[in-house]
Amino acid sequence: MNNWNKQIADMLADGTVALVIGYEEGSTPQKTRPLFCHDAVAAERLVMDGRCTHNLAVYLTKKELLPAEGRIGVVATVNVLKSALQLMQENQIPEGRFLLMAVGPEGKLTELPDAESLRQYIAAHPLPDNPEVAALIEKIDAMSREERWAYWQECLSKCVKCYACRAACPLCYCTRCIVEDNRPQWILPWASTLPNIEWQINRVMHMAGRCTGCGACYAACPLHLPIHLLTKKLTQEINREFGTERPAKGNVLSTFSPDDKENFIH
Amino acid sequence: MDENKAAFEPRIIAFVCNWCTYAGADLTGTSRIKYATNVEIVRFPCTGRIDFMLLLKAFAAGADGIIVSGCHPNDCHYTSGNFHARRRWIVFRGLLDFLGIDVRRIHYYWVSAAEGAKWAEVVNQTVAEIRELGPYTEYKKVANYIEETEAAHE
Ligand code: SF4
Ligand code: SF4
Repeated sequence: MNNWNKQIADMLADGTVALVIGYEEGSTPQKTRPLFCHDAVAAERLVMDGRCTHNLAVYLTKKELLPAEGRIGVVATVNVLKSALQLMQENQIPEGRFLLMAVGPEGKLTELPDAESLRQYIAAHPLPDNPEVAALIEKIDAMSREERWAYWQECLSKCVKCYACRAACPLCYCTRCIVEDNRPQWILPWASTLPNIEWQINRVMHMAGRCTGCGACYAACPLHLPIHLLTKKLTQEINREFGTERPAKGNVLSTFSPDDKENFIH
Repeated sequence: MDENKAAFEPRIIAFVCNWCTYAGADLTGTSRIKYATNVEIVRFPCTGRIDFMLLLKAFAAGADGIIVSGCHPNDCHYTSGNFHARRRWIVFRGLLDFLGIDVRRIHYYWVSAAEGAKWAEVVNQTVAEIRELGPYTEYKKVANYIEETEAAHE
């Protein structure tokens, strides 16, 4: 057993935490899967390495999965930490409820108990930008408008409206979503091109300035539709228009500046 | 082609706020200023209430162009609704363009309650520009895909 597994087993045994969410070996050697550890014995199964790609932060807002009392530990990747911080900033999870933990390269466990420690850890461990994503966005930008419309129509016509992209995203936490509203039913529930496009526009607009770029939406899509390019593009736009700093509370679209610049309102 | 363009009457939906642009459009009428009749006005309490979905629904329902208009910055009846709206439009516009939706068909204006003449001008200008672009068939095709496919099979 790794030293950090032992540390977590001890925390579960002495009641420091009531539950630990992490990763365990998956059904194939290439994969890991989420694990909920309720006792010290289960903590032996926890793993942490490059195969851990699920965004565990998605569970932090799911009250039905969490014990009512006690602290909850999370053995987190940097993407999970970023999502957890965003959830705190949006007042979706109270600061003391979760004990986020990062595992360093030598198996050193770092405890990140509050928003400030998360902020510092994330700043010290920047994730590299994915050059493939940037290249794809550039390719689409270089197309004519008609080509872009044809590209996205073709692409999103394949969407089966499974909403896995919504389920996988830690920041898509509304308990009642616009796609289930039927008065008015703005987005038709069946899978056809226009409602599919409208669904993605809604998903992405609701993510504007909030998306942490973890890529969980794309990873979850059974059709491998490049929907993460939409959120990424919007992040680029927001960075360009409003700067890369995000408000410490709330988000980019819940605030404004009287000096916001535009050149299209006459 | 040019003859067709002259014959084409664009359908424009205008989403406006109650306090400034709607009152401004009223003033256009009471001042007896003549302007293009292609516009259908939908009144909202505030530009901040103009959900981006309304714009998409207008296109889906057959609009060829859209006007979005409200109080000038610092004139909002609710202080900051138009500032919030402006931010949203900046972001929304970027996304639509990336998707290949024709952003030239959505015109944004600030028209105050005193600007009856400006309202007539912006409507005329929008109608002229949309007339030049022609009907928004690209979007209509996707919106009416059942009718379109059936027509193709007949
Ligand atoms: S990348 Fe996708 S899953 Fe991750 S935060 Fe952004 S929208 Fe959500
Ligand atoms: S995960 Fe993919 S197929 Fe499912 S709703 Fe999202 S975009 Fe459509």
